Amino acid sequence: MSRSDKLWSLVGGVHPPENKGQSNRQPLQHLPLSETVVLPLQQSNGIPAEPTVAVGDFVVTGQLIAIGKHPIATRLHATLTGEVIAIEDHVFAHPSGISVPSIIIKRSDLHASTDTHDSSLEPWYNWEQLPVDALLMRIEAAGISGLGGAGFPTHIKYLGQRPIHTLIVNGIECEPYITADDRLMREHAAEIITGIQIALRMLSAQEAIVGIEDNKPEAISAIRTAITAVNDARLVLKVIPTRYPSGGEKQLLYILTGEEVPSGDIPASLGYVIQNVGTLFAMQQAVQLGQPLIERVVTLTGDAVAAPGNYWIRIGTPIDAVLEMVGLTTQDTDIQRIIMGGPMMGFTLPNAQVPVSKTTNCLLIPTKQEMPDNPEADPCIRCGLCEQACPVSLLPQKLYWNAINREWDQAQLNSIQDCIECGACSWVCPSSIPLVQHYRFTKAEIKREAVETVKANQSRIRFENRQLRLEKEVAEKEIKRQARAAQAAQAQSVKAQTGDTQLDTSAKDAILASVARAKAKKNSQVAVEPKDSLESLQGAVTVALQAVEKTKVKLAAAQAGGLPSVTALTTALEKLEKRAQVAEVALATYIEKTGDPS
Amino acid sequence: MTILTAVLALLVLALIFGAILGYAAIRFKTEGNPLVESIDNLLPQTQCGQCGYPGCRPYAVAISDGDAINKCPPGGMATVEALADLLDIPVLPLDAEAPDVEQNRIAVIREDECIGCTKCIQACPVDAILGAAKLMHTVIESECTGCDLCLEPCPVDCIDMISQPVTLTRWGWQSPLDQQSIIATDREGVHS
Repeated sequence: MSRSDKLWSLVGGVHPPENKGQSNRQPLQHLPLSETVVLPLQQSNGIPAEPTVAVGDFVVTGQLIAIGKHPIATRLHATLTGEVIAIEDHVFAHPSGISVPSIIIKRSDLHASTDTHDSSLEPWYNWEQLPVDALLMRIEAAGISGLGGAGFPTHIKYLGQRPIHTLIVNGIECEPYITADDRLMREHAAEIITGIQIALRMLSAQEAIVGIEDNKPEAISAIRTAITAVNDARLVLKVIPTRYPSGGEKQLLYILTGEEVPSGDIPASLGYVIQNVGTLFAMQQAVQLGQPLIERVVTLTGDAVAAPGNYWIRIGTPIDAVLEMVGLTTQDTDIQRIIMGGPMMGFTLPNAQVPVSKTTNCLLIPTKQEMPDNPEADPCIRCGLCEQACPVSLLPQKLYWNAINREWDQAQLNSIQDCIECGACSWVCPSSIPLVQHYRFTKAEIKREAVETVKANQSRIRFENRQLRLEKEVAEKEIKRQARAAQAAQAQSVKAQTGDTQLDTSAKDAILASVARAKAKKNSQVAVEPKDSLESLQGAVTVALQAVEKTKVKLAAAQAGGLPSVTALTTALEKLEKRAQVAEVALATYIEKTGDPS
Repeated sequence: MTILTAVLALLVLALIFGAILGYAAIRFKTEGNPLVESIDNLLPQTQCGQCGYPGCRPYAVAISDGDAINKCPPGGMATVEALADLLDIPVLPLDAEAPDVEQNRIAVIREDECIGCTKCIQACPVDAILGAAKLMHTVIESECTGCDLCLEPCPVDCIDMISQPVTLTRWGWQSPLDQQSIIATDREGVHS
């Protein structure tokens, strides 16, 4: 189907002023090396890479300095020869202005003129004979990430998780002002074609369709010549009408093939991989020349730039250094802002210390006359122009109402997640409503709410589990308490039972006997120390006499039986008789003292 | 006679429908209170107790029994609005007594100063504090709801509420809507 010349028409779309003429006339130039480079360990929203060098280390250009533990993190290579002077937080190419850990390299004066290159990756001119796995590892080792869009690590696309039949080469560059891919295609068409062949080999894909907008006739002829030169039947060039945003991944696929990628999915689900021409060039450099990704083409343009054009800039070069090299200072009153990317999808940099990243395709420095402040938004007049402009067939006006009324679930029902934030709706809006900013905010809020919901559910579960645990603890305590109470009650009842049933048996006797013994002891003591009452003294005498009598009986019995206890009993008897005497004396003394008649 | 037939017919119908309803009430009996579930889902689950109830679910139960919907400071006006929407009752302004607490805060224990009294562990409604008696405690950041309940029991005041820094994952675009008019007639009010 894609062999035919048929093209499908982009849904919606706009024709903003192209403004490409300022920068696409000069050939690619190299900017001089900057004094320092700043290489953020985190690119875009990916997982940060781990540095493999320390502060003070000497590094050469192209040396691996950070490696990603997670597959989403790309490798970083030194882009200057010099010393690692710091690994610290530094602002990077992100609209938030957040600082992330970065490796900062200062250029060595010794190597100011001759920039030493690392040569650990050997050139593979015979890549056609090498296994696909080796190529894949080389792409990963060279730290290549998508140079056209979000900066997704390139090797992920080639892992072969889904069968790919067609490679789509994105040479559209539909965004106004930007001409980096245009110049690259004009000057390096052969390398790009080799890159395409490498990619086709890695994907085992049957064909590659190169899509270029018809506003780049020189690039088209250069690519056509290069394709003819390699005489590869798998390569097809398709020229499409100029219209923004044809360069969107899903939009381009539709224009070239008529196939639509399902919402939330990627083109690989239909068997397509889409690759920017810049990325393919970087792949060719990595495989054929062993060159890691250390520089890229950046369009420097805008009325404030005296010499607009496309420059090879080392990744990590601070923007203020770049501006200085083209004769601009950030103090220039003419400079209103610095936009990274194009006027439609780019973002204003938080400051000029931001370094050039792997995804920086353009630095747009407009004058105030060229890009005045956004006019204040007027009320929506429901003209419906935004709906006609939307390349994803959304209803921007409805989404706008959802956004201002904070109806996030309604916005989701209106497919806000499919919005590519191309800015076509904002561009056509006669009321100058910043629609895309509203959608970005809505998306951010939906994301934040989703995170919060996850957290809330987690908290709920933890709270409920805690409640359960506490209840269980209380219940367990209660059970233990009850068990103890039951045990005590049982012991009580056992006691009571023994008291009732065995009252007349020996137990009772034993108790009584012990009581009597205790009394006797008490009385005898009383007898020794006669200061008690008459009764007690009399009792003591009685008890003593009784004991004497008892012992006498026992002694008689023992003597009769000839038992060995006779001696002991005799001694006991003597003692008891003495005690009885003492008691009698005490009683007599007491009677004398008190004069008691009885 | 005609009246009798009519009354009988109605009686029979009433009996039949009564039987059907009675059967349905038993067969399709709802376990628990589904309203409490829906309310609980809208609450922020910080379990902070600022509403006067010991957790979000008890407050959900209280709301379903008729308590005011504006007692949840962590949820803010968004929660009040969502609850009003769910229960179809008017939106109330957030309870005036409720302190305007900054969101995204978590408790952090100054570990050098912690004496290991376990009081904060007992106070934490989501078991986000880890530690043992006479040993240092620490807060599990990812589990902390920022409810402040651990601050008060700490005898040495070694717990701080720290605002979490804005990271790449937490950052989001701001709304361009600052005092922007919605319809033309609003303009006067907004710009005057």
